[in-house]
This record gives sequence, C-alpha cells and structure tokens, in this order.
Amino acid sequence: MNIALGRAVLGGALGRHRGRLALATLAIALGVALGFAVAIINATAVGEFEAGMRTLAGTADLEIRGGRGGFDEALFARVARDADVAATSPVVEVEARIVGRDDALRIEGVDAFRAATVTPALVGMASDPLDLLRGESLFVTPSTLAWLGKAEGDMLVLQVGQREVSLRIAGTLPGTATQRLGAMDIAAAQDLFARDGTLSHIALRLRAGADVQQVQQRLAGTLPPGTVIATPDDNATNLARMTRAYRVNLNVLALVALFTGGLLVFSTQALSVVRRRAQFALLRTLGLTGPSLQRWILVEGALLGALGSLVGIAAGIALAAGTLHVLGADLGAGYFRGALPTLVIEPVAAAAFAAMGIAFAVGGSLLPARDAARAMPAAALKAGDEEQAFARLHHPGIGVVALTAGALATLLPPIGELPLAGYAAIALLLFGTLLLLPQLAAWMLARVPSPSSASTRLALLQLRGAPGAALVSLATIVASVSLMVSMAIMVASFRASLDDWLLRILPADVYVRAAAAGDTGWFDLDAQRALRNIRGVARIDFLRTQSVVLDPGRPRVTLLARDLPASDPGSVLPLLGDTRTVSHDGLPSVWISEAIADLFDIKVGTTLQLPLADRVHPFVVAGLWRDYARQQGALVIERAVYTRLTGDGSASDAAIWLQPGVTVAEFRNGLDAAWPDASGLTLATPGDIRTMSLRIFDRTFAVTYALEAAAVIIGLTGLSSAFGALVLARRREFGMLRHLGMTRGQIRRMLATEGLLVSGIGLKVGFLLGFAMSLILIHVVNRQSFHWGMELHTPWLSLVAFAIVLLALAVATTQASARAALADDAVRAVRDDW
Amino acid sequence: MVAIRGESGSGKSTLLNIIAGLERPDGGTVTVAGMTLATLDDDALTVFRRKHVGFVFQAFHVLPYLTVADNVALPLTLAGHHDDVARARVLAMLDSVGMADRAESPPRELSGGELQRVAIARALVHRPSIVLADEPTGNLDPDSAAGVITLLRGRMAAEGACGVLVTHSDEAAQRADRVFTLRAGTLAPQTRTAQ
Repeated sequence: MNIALGRAVLGGALGRHRGRLALATLAIALGVALGFAVAIINATAVGEFEAGMRTLAGTADLEIRGGRGGFDEALFARVARDADVAATSPVVEVEARIVGRDDALRIEGVDAFRAATVTPALVGMASDPLDLLRGESLFVTPSTLAWLGKAEGDMLVLQVGQREVSLRIAGTLPGTATQRLGAMDIAAAQDLFARDGTLSHIALRLRAGADVQQVQQRLAGTLPPGTVIATPDDNATNLARMTRAYRVNLNVLALVALFTGGLLVFSTQALSVVRRRAQFALLRTLGLTGPSLQRWILVEGALLGALGSLVGIAAGIALAAGTLHVLGADLGAGYFRGALPTLVIEPVAAAAFAAMGIAFAVGGSLLPARDAARAMPAAALKAGDEEQAFARLHHPGIGVVALTAGALATLLPPIGELPLAGYAAIALLLFGTLLLLPQLAAWMLARVPSPSSASTRLALLQLRGAPGAALVSLATIVASVSLMVSMAIMVASFRASLDDWLLRILPADVYVRAAAAGDTGWFDLDAQRALRNIRGVARIDFLRTQSVVLDPGRPRVTLLARDLPASDPGSVLPLLGDTRTVSHDGLPSVWISEAIADLFDIKVGTTLQLPLADRVHPFVVAGLWRDYARQQGALVIERAVYTRLTGDGSASDAAIWLQPGVTVAEFRNGLDAAWPDASGLTLATPGDIRTMSLRIFDRTFAVTYALEAAAVIIGLTGLSSAFGALVLARRREFGMLRHLGMTRGQIRRMLATEGLLVSGIGLKVGFLLGFAMSLILIHVVNRQSFHWGMELHTPWLSLVAFAIVLLALAVATTQASARAALADDAVRAVRDDW
Repeated sequence: MVAIRGESGSGKSTLLNIIAGLERPDGGTVTVAGMTLATLDDDALTVFRRKHVGFVFQAFHVLPYLTVADNVALPLTLAGHHDDVARARVLAMLDSVGMADRAESPPRELSGGELQRVAIARALVHRPSIVLADEPTGNLDPDSAAGVITLLRGRMAAEGACGVLVTHSDEAAQRADRVFTLRAGTLAPQTRTAQ
C-alpha cells in the first residue's frame, strides 16, 4: 500500500472527527478491557483452584467422592484391596465454622501414613511428629495462619453441633501456600465432627501400568449409589462447568460493549465517508480504484480498532487486578471461595480480544467502505449526493432475513448447555432492526401530523426528505436504548421475582440457623427439643441440608430434607405448574427445582432414584418448585422420610412460627435463656433475610449493570457528538434560511424538533426492540444459563426517566450545536458554494 | 430593475446585504419599503426580509431534501401561510417560471438553469417589495443566463417588485432599467438603460 496515497485518503478524517473517533476508540477499548478482564479473572481463579486441587490430589490417579454426608467407610477397605490400586488415602472433609467469625475452614481428616504416599500435601509438618496422630492437633496452610491471625501453637476454636471445641495449631501444611485449608487426623476428625463410619472421599494411586480409564470404569460399577469415581482433572472440569454460564454472560456483556464500539465506528465512518465523498470522488477521478479506496477506509477502521484494543488490554489488566483485589475471583458470585489468586495473564487471550476489537472496528467500517468504493465519482462530485450515499447503506432484505432468523433462533435448545442461540437471536433482532430502520423511520415520520409552526414543519420535512444522516444517529440510539431497556427489564423482572420468591419461601416469623457458616453446626434431637420448648413457639419446621450425586458427570445437587405438610407443600414451597399432592404407589415424594428438571430432564410424575445412605430409594416427582438460591439444582423431600431412610435426625435450620402476640425479641430472649452457650446460632427474620438477599442481588448486578451503562453512555455520547457534527455541517442551509426570513429562534426550534423526532423514533423502536430482547433474556438466556424462570416486570419509572434524560440530551445537544452553527453570520454562511 | 456592476471586492454584495439588513452600514440610512432598517433589531430585520425581500443566489441554494414545490413554498411556510393557500400560490409561481411539471421533483434531478428558475419562483412567491439577485447567472451557460434574466425581469414586473441585480455580465446588466458601477465606495450611474 502506498503511504502517500493513504495520506490522501485518510487525510483530514482524523483531524476533523477527533472527538467522535476518540469515543469510538473508547467504546472498543471498553469492550476489549471487559472481555480481557473477565478472561484474566477466570484464568486466575480457575488456575488457582486447579493448582490447589492438583497439589491436594498429589499422586492420586482417581478419587472416589460421595455426597456431602459422605459414604460408608467400608468401601475403603474394599477398594484398597483392588489389584490395580497401589495406594489409597481416605479423607473426611468438613467445613468447620470458626467460633467468633462468620467463616468456615475446610478441614481434611487424613491418615498421615497413607496420605504421605498419595496426598503428601495434606500431611502436616510438625516439630513433634506425634502431633500428626494427636486428636487435638490441626495443621493449616501458611495463608490460613495469616487469614486467622494465628501462629503455630495457638488454639483455634470451632463449632461442632452446638458445642465449641478447641484445636491446637501444631504446624503447617506444605505445598498449599495460597489455599485456606486445614488437616488433622482422620479418626479424630470422624469422632470430633460426628462422622463416625463415614468418609468424604478416597484418593487412589494405581499400580504402574494400570489403565486409569479402565480402572475407573470397572470400579464405577462396583460403587454404592451416590458415589462417583473421577480423575482430579474431572473435578476441575466440573468447577469450570459450574462457572461457565456466569463467565459466558460476562463475556456477552463485553461483546455488547464491543458492539456499541463497532456501531460508533460505523456511525463515525459513515458520516465521515459521506462528508468526504467529494474528496474520494476526486481521488477516484484521478485514478484511485474502488477496491483500493475500500481498503484504505478499512485500514482507517483497523487503526481505530488497534488503538482501542491496545488501550483495552492495558485497562483489562488494571480492571482485573482491581476486581480481584476488591471483589475476589468470582466478582462476588461465590464460586471460588477460599482461593487467594495471583494474576494470570494469557497472551493468547490478549491477542484474541485485541483481534476482536480490531474485527469489530473493521466490521463497523465495512459498509461505509464498500459503499464509498461503489459510488460513481461523477455523481459524488455533485452537491446533494449525500442522500444517495446514505441510501446505498440500506439493506432491508437482509434485515428481514435477520429478524426471521432471530425469531427462529429463540426456539433452539441450548448448545453445550449454553444459551448461544438465545444470544444469537438477540444479535440478529438488533441487526435486523437496524437494517430496517430506514423503512421504520419513514413509516413513522409519514404518520406524524403536519404541524402548523414553520420551524417544526421544516424539521419534519427535513427528516422526511433527508433521513440518511439522522438514520446513522438513530441506529446508535436504537442499539443503546434497546440494550439498556432489555437489561433493565431483565434485572427488574429478576429482582421482583426474587422478592416474590423470598416472600413465599419465608412464611415463618423467624429463622434460626445452627451455624453461620460451614457444615459442622447442627441441631441434634436434644437441641431440636430445646428449640421447640422455647416459650411462644407455635410451630417449628426443621430443615436438613445435604448434597447428593444424581449423575456422576455432573456437580452434586442440594438435598433439602424439611418438615412440610405433604398434603399442602405449596404453603412452604414456591411450587410451579402441576403438582401431585398425594404420592402414588406408596412412594415418598420429591419436589424438584427448575434446574433439576432442566439439567437432568426429569418431569413431574416420574420416578426418581435418590441415593441416600449408600442405597438407592425411589421417589415420585411430586412437583416443580422455583429456587433462586442453588443454580446446580435442589431437591426437597420430607424430613421424616429422610430420617427414616438415613437414620440422620439432625437439622441445620429451623423455621419458627410464633404464637399470636409473641414478638421476635421475646423469642430471642427465650432462646438466649434456654441456650446461653449457643454462640453459633444465627437468628433472622424474613425481613432480615430479604434485605440481605436483595442487597447481595443489587451488588451482584451493580457490576454488570454499571458496565452495560458505561457502554450505553459511550454510545449516547457518541450520538451527541455525531448529532452535533451533523448540525454544524448544515451551516450554509441555516444561512440561506436566515436570508429567507427564518429567525435564529426558529432555527433552534427546528433543530430541537429534529432532535426530539429522531430521539422519539429511536426511543419507540428501541423500547419495542428492548422489550422483545428482554423476553429472550428472561425466557431463553436466563432459563438456559441458570435454569430458573421469572415473571416479567417492567420498571416503568426508571424507563420513563431514562427516556426523558435521552430526550433532554438530544435537545441539549441540538441547542449547543445550533449555537455554534448560528454563530457565523448568515452572509458568511451562504458564501461557500453548495 | 437596477444593475450594480463593479470589480471583485468593490462591495457589490455588501451593498445587497446592507439593503437586506444582513449587514449594518458604517454610515448613512437605509430605508426599504418605508422602513428604516437601523431602527430594527435582529428579529425585526428577519421578519422584514421574510415579508419584503426575495433572494436569488449565484449558487441557487435550493435545499436538497425538499421537493421543488416545498423549496418554493419556504417563504410562505416561514410567513405562516395556510397550506392550501400556499400550495396554490406555489403551483401558480412554478407555472409562471415553466417548472410546474417538476413540482414534486427532488432538486438533484434539475439542471443549473432549472434550479435558478426555482430560485426565482422562491424569491417572488411571497410578493416581496424588492428582489436582491447576487450574480444569478454566474453559474449558467449564456443561453440559460439570458433566459433566467428575462424570466426574472418578467416575473418581477408581473409581481410588482423592484430589484437590485449584482452582476459581472454585460448581457445581464443590459436588461436592467438602470445600471450603476460601484467603485471605491461610490455608485456611479452608467448612461445605458434598458429598453
């Protein structure tokens, strides 16, 4: 490419549109930064998790894992005798609540002699080796020591049931510096945490030459129900799967920002190309070929993209570092608790996002470049050709195809468990609408009644006669408004549905939890009786939370065993659709969450085999319920049934209905009096839980909402800038109108009307499109990503406020631009030839 | 019709602008249609132009996004005339300049001569007291130029408007009733008058 030629083609563009180019670059940078930051955060978090997992797995080839309640330790002896197994290490794992804090520490109970051969990272280093066998000794990682603010030799007090037990920190664990973890003797752990006779997992090292996959398959067939055998890598894969939907959604937000950037590049380039049409026509007349012109305009776009990407990559690293520091590796979503990551920057991801930034910028330049190359030089040299240039950007046929394809894409199932078709549907609807904007705008403008005032009439005539330039701005408004509206409706729907759900799921007056964190706090039968006997208690329902494996290839699902009236489960569960209040064939009932129904393809009325206490028990699926708390799915069964099948009568939570006239404060006093030592109990009213839940919701969405808003604000600022440039370009027209007797005030009113009309159409189309997109977000994307439904709620007040702000912005922009455009006197304005 | 001639930069266009109230004179008084322009503020001057002045420019200055009829209707629209009245007047005016059949055409389809006819129709459609024409034939070939000046003069006479024509063209100047030369800030009459 000839650089001098490039200068001739690009010359002037960078200088004349500096502000808009900067905004377009900023939008590209935002998209790249966001996408790259998500990639860094995820790579850092998963990398840290995997590294920790690999360290803990040591030399293990396979791991046998059960539900949260574990499995019978008899399995250990059987597996250890297997001919292909060289070494085994049984483990009991608990999340023990630390007294005085609302945190839990993961403790692995190991047999030090066996662990030394398979998982040496779990064998503590102590000055006295006998500490490894002492029941009160605990070994923790160095980062745990720092986190706890403790030193070797200090005591750590933990909650067990409703008791407190003290362990001595006897030493540290090697090779697991960054994880929050403790280890102790397995027998002591079983005894201390009431896990007698059960194990959480067994690490297996196979004999040299044994085929891991073959042994895995063979052993899988012999395992008791509810246990799975997997490689350490499979566990990391499961974690990646759990977080994938969340990551994909964040990446889609990055794409939205990139799209906004691409659109800004398009509007900047389209206006810039049209304004330079005479310059291009001259170059074409002098011998520049169409393809060569097209290439140079694309180079312009690529330069913008490269600059945006460069800024974006740097900003992405800063954003990731800041986010990891403030919110943690999962942006507060709770997937990577306990991991203290160091930044992992992958050059491949950086290159990929930079390439995407450039691709979006080049994509934004593609249509203007192609149409500039196709324009006939002779016509382009003539004044008044602008509308022809804009008309060449119209592609209604492709728009109709895109809309149809978008509508059809909403019917497609998830691809690889991700709502890719849903996202494609949104993109196609947006793309199709933008391509049909000329027709939609013309249709709407034709229906605006002819006003009597000269200025408003001229504004209408101007838009009807020369909609081209305004349409470029309109595209930005429609894209920004629709994205904002869809996001606002989706978030409002989710929030309102969550609020409704909380009201339904929390029917009692007060809720008591055995421990604020972890799984070592519980109510045994005595504790349950004591709670029941507190004065003022009218009714008490207990809940036992466990987890079970329904499918070896999937993460564990939560099992909630709760006291509930089988004849009216809807009084405590937010049931959906058909339910069976009476179980058939004498089978007990299980109520499944929407996620279980989706992920495991289970329907109401069918029989579900539930692994409990190392045996499979058939349940009839009696109903479907909504659960916003557990994305991997949750099952509800009657606690009495659970206790009968497992022998476990303990409970982790209690829902308490008070007698009429008894206040929560009186109940709290009664609780304190009956149970003075119960420091681990947490008591909350439905109002407390609701407030806390909504606060967490708002915090989680604040991040995504803020990022979306940033993209939209950049888009709208770009729009203001484009609109301003358009007004300034009409100086001579205003000069002529001043000659003919139009006052400055009339011209300002004309421009304000144009701004209002364009914004009004943009709002109308944007709101309709945004509403359609919100339906896809709610019923397709969310459903397929997180497997929960929600009711549609439109935040009218916020949307109306947004519309008013947008209209005010449009008017303010036109007025500011009009002031600049009318600063020249009318004589000078008409002096230049048109 | 008065023609003003003079070298480039002699102030011919400035004189037109002063008559239109677009520029203020350094000295003296300008009275048009019985109104002393110095006493009017910017908005009043704009209203004065709207009512009393018609413009014909060298570069036509026809708005590309309006049809021919809408362009001609501009002064009536600005004056707040009712649509039906304005429409009838516009069509009559277009008919008088021979452009009735192009009423709904976009300006880009017209030749230079046709565009100037539209501009003349626009300059006279609101029955101004005075038409100010700044090099109206400067962008036209000789045949079109002659036709445009004939038309302008004919229509001005028919509408009862006087006019000031700034021109470099001998042919155009010859069609005026009186011809002045502007030199060093002074208007000097030429002896030649039109038929």
